[in-house]
Amino acid sequence: MRRHLITAVLVLAVVALFAAPLLIDPGSEFAGTDSQATELIEESDPGYEPWFSSVFSPGSAEVESGLFALQAALGGAVLGYVLGRLRGRRGAERTTAPSSAPPPAEP
Amino acid sequence: MHIAEGMLPAPHALGWTLAAAPFVVHGARQVVKEVREHPESTLLLGAAGAFTFVLSAIKLPSVTGSSSHPTGTGLGAVLFRPPVMALLGTVVLLFQALLLAHGGLTTLGANAFSMAVVGPWAGYAAYRLTRRLGGGLLPAVFAAMAVSDLATYGTTALQLAWAHPDAESGFVGAAVKFLGVFAVTQVPLAIGEGFLGVLLFRVLTVNARPELERLGVLTPEPVPDAEPQR
Repeated sequence: MRRHLITAVLVLAVVALFAAPLLIDPGSEFAGTDSQATELIEESDPGYEPWFSSVFSPGSAEVESGLFALQAALGGAVLGYVLGRLRGRRGAERTTAPSSAPPPAEP
Repeated sequence: MHIAEGMLPAPHALGWTLAAAPFVVHGARQVVKEVREHPESTLLLGAAGAFTFVLSAIKLPSVTGSSSHPTGTGLGAVLFRPPVMALLGTVVLLFQALLLAHGGLTTLGANAFSMAVVGPWAGYAAYRLTRRLGGGLLPAVFAAMAVSDLATYGTTALQLAWAHPDAESGFVGAAVKFLGVFAVTQVPLAIGEGFLGVLLFRVLTVNARPELERLGVLTPEPVPDAEPQR
């Protein structure tokens, strides 16, 4: 019970941490720091010319956010698969071997 | 922390690439060695890579009114030691440079150095220090996640300041400016990342105990673990 409570508190803390800025400052654009840094360079070092451009740029914000979502989905899928496997394995160990003997070591 | 494509002068781009390359090569060999000697590690290696993949894809709002993304490299650094993350972090950066125009090929070396080398090592150092000072596993994981995140962004700020010093105040002035963009925004994100790492480790300590014991993250218990009540 206590374990579940701690989990819930941690999840709520993460949600609150990232929801708070949206509530505090709803008018803000929340521009990315990466692009802010690029703007800062253009301001403070106006003579600097980027000498290479991206080999491929997503054509629009929709395509870009789609690709970001794809990246997150791939990561989330793998992470979920691993946690599911580990949990399933533990369940299987519990039912087949109550003594939970470790697997024999490789010679 | 992604320095945009072409935003570092060529000598810097080349220098950081040369600086990061040995770490990445060493990391690749460590990954291969780990998988070959301990095939059962593959699952957790996948989890470490996937965690970085997810977190670096998500831009989160911060109290400064700007948004930024976490790095997630502390998890793998704690589990498999930092060299492994040099490879996994660089794979993530390469994906974003090629498909998302986020970061770049000329800045890949500099970005890999901050996110895949400095971040994991700083996080690992924080983890070891916390454990040495008597902290438990979860506080140490929190420290590793948060410190690796902050160290990554701190490194980026210094890299940019070195490449683009301020006309009047030089390197120091530029460093203060770039840290102003990155560091404050990153603090809530680092804390959030720390919580996420703790959440994940709480799951792993229950479900991946044998692996964590072999990796030295958990000490084996002398008496076989009694079935914990749910």
